[in-house]
Amino acid sequence: MATKSSRTAARLMMAPAVILLLGWMLVPLTMTLWFSFRNYLPLRGGDQGFAGFDNFIRFVTASSFWPAVGATMLIVVGSLLITVVLGVLLAVLLDQPMFGQGIVRILVIAPFFVMPTVSGLLWKNMFLDSVNGLFAHVARFFGVTPVEWIIEHSFASIILIVSWQWLPFATLILLTSIQSLDSEQLEAAEMDGAPPIKRFWYLTIPHLSRAITVVLLIETIFMLSIFAEIKMTTAGAFETKTLSYLIFQRVLESQNVGLGSAGGVYAIILANIVAAFLMRIVGKNLDT
Amino acid sequence: MARSATPQRKMINTAFAWAIGLIIFFPILWTILTSFKTEADAIAFPPKFLFFDWTLENYAVVQERSNYMRFLWNSVIIAGGSTLLGVIIAVPAAWSMAFVPSPRTKDILMWMLSTKMLPAVGVLYPMYLIFIQIGWLDTRIGLVVALLLINLPIMVWMLYTYFKEIPAEILEAARMDGASLRSEILYVLTPMALPGIASTILLNIILAWNESFWTLNLTAAKAAPLTAFIASYSSPEGLFYAKLSAASTMAIAPILILGWFSQKQLVRGLTFGAVK
Repeated sequence: MATKSSRTAARLMMAPAVILLLGWMLVPLTMTLWFSFRNYLPLRGGDQGFAGFDNFIRFVTASSFWPAVGATMLIVVGSLLITVVLGVLLAVLLDQPMFGQGIVRILVIAPFFVMPTVSGLLWKNMFLDSVNGLFAHVARFFGVTPVEWIIEHSFASIILIVSWQWLPFATLILLTSIQSLDSEQLEAAEMDGAPPIKRFWYLTIPHLSRAITVVLLIETIFMLSIFAEIKMTTAGAFETKTLSYLIFQRVLESQNVGLGSAGGVYAIILANIVAAFLMRIVGKNLDT
Repeated sequence: MARSATPQRKMINTAFAWAIGLIIFFPILWTILTSFKTEADAIAFPPKFLFFDWTLENYAVVQERSNYMRFLWNSVIIAGGSTLLGVIIAVPAAWSMAFVPSPRTKDILMWMLSTKMLPAVGVLYPMYLIFIQIGWLDTRIGLVVALLLINLPIMVWMLYTYFKEIPAEILEAARMDGASLRSEILYVLTPMALPGIASTILLNIILAWNESFWTLNLTAAKAAPLTAFIASYSSPEGLFYAKLSAASTMAIAPILILGWFSQKQLVRGLTFGAVK
């Protein structure tokens, strides 16, 4: 169908996007890779030469490395669990016949559109603050001593904020998937006397498995690089320094670009491993 | 799900769903309410829910003290500009991949998507350095380009899935009738593609509006959009709940409204067609 001239035209039309993304990918990436092998301290002597694998070794042997890995894992896994489990339940609930379904959906989805700096700051001050926060008010109402959430339960706080932001996303995707479930199959199971729990477990969950995987992968990629939520709440204090926040501090705050870049290379590799799984699913879908 | 629910069952569902919906929405509702309170009412114990002296003072103060409009304008330029430029670049690319596919089309699409997975922090310093070199640090044009680059893969991808749904037979028919490439695009394709393009624009404005890594790290005072404006409220002197709420409400309101129209696009745009 495609003639030779239309092929040339197609190439030309693709060129700007391809060139831009190629540049975006190659230039900064090459620079990061280059810096990661240099002893580069912009404010303390500049580029002091080739460092071999020193930065890579120092990054993983620094005392801040394993806590950062732990913090990242805790925040990502905690938020994933909450959003996916609640997301499935919420999607099933929202799929039921009810009054005002459209409005409920709007209410549930709203947090996704709140910019991360706003949600971080709002939660920290208006809800989790131990003096004037709403949670403290509620605690006082019940005669309990208010908790300084951000300090004493810093992980719970961040997981709460991140989950609040991403639960809408999980719910929306899972709801879309549930709605494509063959209702005849469910009705047949119902007629055969399968109780709701069994129907949920043997029909709904298997049907959702792919959507759940997609949600898990996409959320992982985004959650690995959450930034504003941490900057606005703990700024990396109280052990909540994630890998990406650690790299950010190395690069911009302590201006150790070599070390930070080595961390960046690790982060890129990690993200690529997750992405590879996601791409496989996406790629399969492209064929059909 | 089985659609034959008893009225009783439907009432229970409704009560349950509304309760959960309101809990999830509550932080936003509370923020909007607080923005209309005096500072004293905002931290009053017991909290005042609806019965307080409603005031617009906070909005006036926020605008006056920090010149809210300037940040809003920056957000509009950055989100709008990057989206507009992005569409101009993405539409031809997606069009050619959808209608003149080559054996490599799939690889190119997957590769574009993979650039989206690049963790921002991994290329923070290079971007910072490049921006200093070409004088783009803290400029709107710099952020327009940065956000264009990070959102371009989603745009191409989303447009591609929309264009794919346009039946190729129509194009063939147009070609048989002697339509040139130009008129084919202009009169046959564009009308059919407009809803998809509109959806893509909508989702990308939302994503660009809320982007909070590059906007925080590549701006200072001049080009800071609303994301950075709110961040300035984290300093102790800026900590007044009612004013924080007013500032937050103004920052999220436009996109909240746009967002409500974009539920479907959200699924398509962020799952890259993997969930339908």
